Amino acid sequence: MFRGIATGSPSIRDSDPETYHRQPLSARDPGAVARRARIGCAMSQGSALLQLSGLKKSFPDPDGGRKLIIDIPEFSLAMGEQAALRGESGSGKTTFLNLISGILAPDSGSIRIDGSDMAGLGEHRRDRLRGSSIGYIFQTFNLLQGYSCLENVLLGMTFGARADRDQALALLARVGLSHRLNHFPRQLSSGQQQRVAVARALAKRPKLVLADEPTGNLDHKNAREALRLVRETCLETGAALLLVSHDPEVLGSFQNVRDFADLNLALKETAT
Amino acid sequence: MTLALIVRRSLRQHALSTTITALSIALAGGLLMSVWVVKEQSQRTFTQVNTGFDAVLGARGSKLQLVLNAIFHLEASPGNLAAADYQYIKRHPAVKLAIPIAVGDNLRGYRIVGTIPELFTDVEYAPGRHFALSSGKLFDPAEKEAVVGSFAARKLGLAVGDTFHPFHGLIYDERNQHAETYHVAGILAPSNTPADKVVWIPIHGLQTMSGHDPKAATDVSAVLVQLRSPSAGFMLDIMYNKQGNRLTFAYPIGAIMAELFQKIGWFDKVLSLVAYLVAVVSAAGVLVAIYNSMAARRRDIAILRALGAGRLFLFGAVVLEATAIGVIGMAVSFAAYAGIVSAVAVIIQAQTGVLLEAFAYSPVMLWAPLGMIALCAVCGLLPAWKAYRTDVAENLAPIS
Repeated sequence: MFRGIATGSPSIRDSDPETYHRQPLSARDPGAVARRARIGCAMSQGSALLQLSGLKKSFPDPDGGRKLIIDIPEFSLAMGEQAALRGESGSGKTTFLNLISGILAPDSGSIRIDGSDMAGLGEHRRDRLRGSSIGYIFQTFNLLQGYSCLENVLLGMTFGARADRDQALALLARVGLSHRLNHFPRQLSSGQQQRVAVARALAKRPKLVLADEPTGNLDHKNAREALRLVRETCLETGAALLLVSHDPEVLGSFQNVRDFADLNLALKETAT
Repeated sequence: MTLALIVRRSLRQHALSTTITALSIALAGGLLMSVWVVKEQSQRTFTQVNTGFDAVLGARGSKLQLVLNAIFHLEASPGNLAAADYQYIKRHPAVKLAIPIAVGDNLRGYRIVGTIPELFTDVEYAPGRHFALSSGKLFDPAEKEAVVGSFAARKLGLAVGDTFHPFHGLIYDERNQHAETYHVAGILAPSNTPADKVVWIPIHGLQTMSGHDPKAATDVSAVLVQLRSPSAGFMLDIMYNKQGNRLTFAYPIGAIMAELFQKIGWFDKVLSLVAYLVAVVSAAGVLVAIYNSMAARRRDIAILRALGAGRLFLFGAVVLEATAIGVIGMAVSFAAYAGIVSAVAVIIQAQTGVLLEAFAYSPVMLWAPLGMIALCAVCGLLPAWKAYRTDVAENLAPIS
């Protein structure tokens, strides 16, 4: 997929990264439009990549009991689908993403990702499934400070598939950072750091990308740019995207926006 | 490759603690190897050094004192023996060669030993090796001439043609200067034996030095003996030590020195114990250094886990990092070893004239580094366990 970028028209491929990103997707990668159409077709056929049912997660509370944080009876996301979850800070959105990614284990319920039940796997196999199928983009970028941009992206690939240096280079070029390969995160602006994080999440060609407030720490211009990058690269790779945010502008750019408060019964119980 | 990258980056991120810990490992490893090699080499060298003689005949007393005095030029002489005793053993059919020595004077702390030229012409101090002169000639037994050992010549700044006045006694006291003036006739080439730190003069000269008892003018301090066969040694041992009660026959020299090392074996054990403790403390330093940095590493660990790295992988990375610190430390430890053992060798040579083969291979050079590296790996287990137990979600804050 990324190699397709490199074989694009010379005028596009050879242009300055910043100029390159300002151009519409159809100009940069004509194949992407066709792929988008195919993905749309898949979505319409309803083949679920992510299927949750009866998901519950509680944490100990100071009184010695347990507080139910997540209670989601049903949720699904089709292959290539891009959906946004609206929710207030502290509503459990990150916990929800951590459950999907297998970082946390649920108290009950199932989380089927491309046929595998994340909830039913042991920790080691959850790590492997996360490494191979899920790309995670964080609000605070969570780049490894002691590693260069290129190493951060290569590490993102290592645990799921083979670390493909060419692919990492192509992705970093795609996000406009081919001139910052050996820079360390502290040497980059916030916007550039988030672009590295996007490249890292997508480098292993995940089936599902989880984005937790990916624009929360960025200024308006960088936020818009980062969001566009996430969405377009997901589109190009065919990855499904589940983004959580409370930013109206971010949510406004999605057709498929779900309210986390409607989804999570635990929040309704708290409200009542 | 990923594991190596993570370990390399982690070492670099904690460069200061890595360097300090690796240096402490290096010092501990160097100390451990030095103690072991010095102990091993001292025992081997001192039980083999006999400067070409099988036995020593001296006044009644301790065999060890006799050997230390006559062969190593340490300790005081247990007393004198008469010229007749020297003549008797010299003519004994079991004796191949007998060289008399007389002690009692010094030149600014270096012993002056009286002997006969045959010591330099007829004796192989080691198989196939005779004493040689680096400059000048042997002393004339009838003249006030001296042949100076290489180490003593260097330390005293003596060269052929120089003159000196001996001082009475084995300990230097400038008030006890003898009137006689000796000329340096020759300088010995280094032999790495105790002979290197001695100023050799004709035995008659020492016996008749002004101020010495004229009644003892023909006495000798000891006789260095070469035997025709080992059985002759046991025969003379019985004759002098069991049947006689005036003299002591110290034979075999190597066994007597081995007894010395047995007697001071406890000291070796204490030294070894200290070296082991230093090694353990240094390895524990690896544990402390990594463990203390775990708080700073938690976020990186959580991020790696979020990327799909398994718990066991990160456990292995921390253990490998501890092992890498051990490897770096032990690589540097050879430099520390070289420094320590060279300094010790210089001190031993200054005291005894014997040069240790400090850089000869010893098994400790294999097992000490491997042992230390393994110990470091073991010390990495606790921080590795902490890494294993790191809560990913908690360390990926903030939470929305």
